[in-house]
Amino acid sequence: MHSTGIPIWFFIGVLLTIYGAMIFGYGLYELGTGIMAVQNYHASVWWGALMLLVGLFYLIRFRPSRTN
Amino acid sequence: MSIFGAQALPNLLALSAPSLAHLSLLDIAVIAIYFVMVIWIGFYLKSKANTSEEFFMAGREMTAWIAGLSFVSANLGSLELMGWAGSSYQYGILAAHWYWIGAIPAMLFLGMVMMPFYYVCKTHSVPGYLKLRYGQGSSTVAAVSFAFMTVLMSGVNMFAMAEVMKIVLGWDLNFSIIVSSLAVAAYVALGGLRSAIFNEVLQFVLIWGGALLVPILGLIETGGWSGFKARLAQNIANGATAPGDYTHMWRSMGHFADNPMGIHWTGIVFGLGFAISFGYWTTDFLVVQRVLAANSLRSARLAPVIGSFFKMAVPFIVILPGLLGLVVLQNPDGSLMHLVGENVVAANPGAGLHSYNEVLPLMMVRYLGPGLLGLGITALIAGFMSGMAGNVSAFTAIFTYDIYQPHIVKNAPDEHYVLVGRIVTIVGVVISIGAAYLVMNAAGIMDYVQALFSFFISPLLGVVLLGMFWKRATKAGGFYGLLMGTLTSIGLWAWVYFYPPALRYVALSPDAKGMAENMYRALWSVSTAVGVNVIVSLFTKPRPLSELAGVVYGATPLPTEEPVPLYKNEWFWTAIAIVIFFALNIYFW
Repeated sequence: MHSTGIPIWFFIGVLLTIYGAMIFGYGLYELGTGIMAVQNYHASVWWGALMLLVGLFYLIRFRPSRTN
Repeated sequence: MSIFGAQALPNLLALSAPSLAHLSLLDIAVIAIYFVMVIWIGFYLKSKANTSEEFFMAGREMTAWIAGLSFVSANLGSLELMGWAGSSYQYGILAAHWYWIGAIPAMLFLGMVMMPFYYVCKTHSVPGYLKLRYGQGSSTVAAVSFAFMTVLMSGVNMFAMAEVMKIVLGWDLNFSIIVSSLAVAAYVALGGLRSAIFNEVLQFVLIWGGALLVPILGLIETGGWSGFKARLAQNIANGATAPGDYTHMWRSMGHFADNPMGIHWTGIVFGLGFAISFGYWTTDFLVVQRVLAANSLRSARLAPVIGSFFKMAVPFIVILPGLLGLVVLQNPDGSLMHLVGENVVAANPGAGLHSYNEVLPLMMVRYLGPGLLGLGITALIAGFMSGMAGNVSAFTAIFTYDIYQPHIVKNAPDEHYVLVGRIVTIVGVVISIGAAYLVMNAAGIMDYVQALFSFFISPLLGVVLLGMFWKRATKAGGFYGLLMGTLTSIGLWAWVYFYPPALRYVALSPDAKGMAENMYRALWSVSTAVGVNVIVSLFTKPRPLSELAGVVYGATPLPTEEPVPLYKNEWFWTAIAIVIFFALNIYFW
């Protein structure tokens, strides 16, 4: 995939990092204010954190300077 | 999206009420970022789509993983996510047949048996293969029928997405159709197949990221699979849920009358598992195009195998939420919610009823808070757009390579065909929009699509298979086989449409229902295509063996591949996929 420059996995890393940060941040805000929905099981916190970690991994592992 | 102010956007989108969900600004930001990302990818890849090989075939540079994920993602359109979740609420786990026996054997067959012929002959499309094997006539029939089917499918996708956005979010139909189609037109016209494939992989990740949480939280709430079954059994015992076997796939297949779909196991195995599934997964250019873009024969063979593992897992985010909806969805007063057919909802406006097809959005609204709901909605939009982009990019390649080049402008420079490809992408989207408005009057989207499959795809399967594995098949045999198979399918459909009692003859039982009709029609269609092909071929002169090198089994020297470790071997992973496939069917027998 070198001829394409930036690999698709890097784009995925960017998106997951942004989404993870937004959702994790909101989850922390929810925790602080106690407005969590009953069925939510703090999903914003752990799902957002998971997305953030996976996103950061892809971001670093497939950053253009490394893959090129 | 940037033209809208942050405060004005929610009001602008909420054009009609009531809707299932209301988005927060965080949700809208999640959706907007997705659109920015797909357009960014399109613009970034524009410089990588300068030649026809780059624009139409993604430069044949895709790794097995990218081709494999794109292969599955292109199929994850509107019907996959919404339709089958609703079907599983209505019919139970029987809906998983469309993911397992209705996909896995065909995907593995494509990778292990058919891919070498597609790949070695370096064809750019399935009609392109027919041209090499049978000549221009069969190729043109297949190309025209495929182009017709593809833009209609794209229209179906578009309309279904707009409907979902209207029901779930209250968005205006026209707004959803225009925004999504503009985005798809932009990134496919700019970056060609490579852009479509990259976005499909991105969309695949989003679909899982946005939809996976629903079954996870659902299983936590019900106490796991056994807890779900216990609650379901309790609901059936006290009359809250209609009686039926919702958790077994084969036990009720002994007779048409024993299951709510009105299907017999022969229809599932031979109709769905062979005629429809093999037709779709091995000859529908929408999915085959992704694999043809692989960077080597080994990658091309591995791609469908990799795809098969994810396809087997898709019921977890589609079928399971539908099943869980049977026990967890509640009305505002706390009573168990009962979803109904679209006709019942339409007949009782204002009664607060929801249709089967709304089960997935209802589950999302139940479990997903701000931000996560936006992610779930983005997953739905991504699913719709990947299906639409798949159709548009396949339509563009078929029209340019198999209709425009052989019949309209034969020997133009390469840049000319790239320009035509970009223009046809836009035209394809415009025709799709027209098709979307046409489909608004169709009674049932699912039946409509199933009918299309059997019209064109199943006869194509008969002709491609015979051409690939029988040296004696002739040009005339292929052409008349394809033509008669297609006419048989259309004829049977018309017979039942205008004279419904004919269903008992087409599907071989008075207890058969619509789903069974589709399966048996596909079976008769492929049988006709094969039969006519064989008979005509036996009475016409075959091509010399030397002309069939690269396209027929027995006349094609397959390249020897470098030995690789077991964990990289396609046969090893095929064997694992087969074991998992049987284990799943036995576990849910």
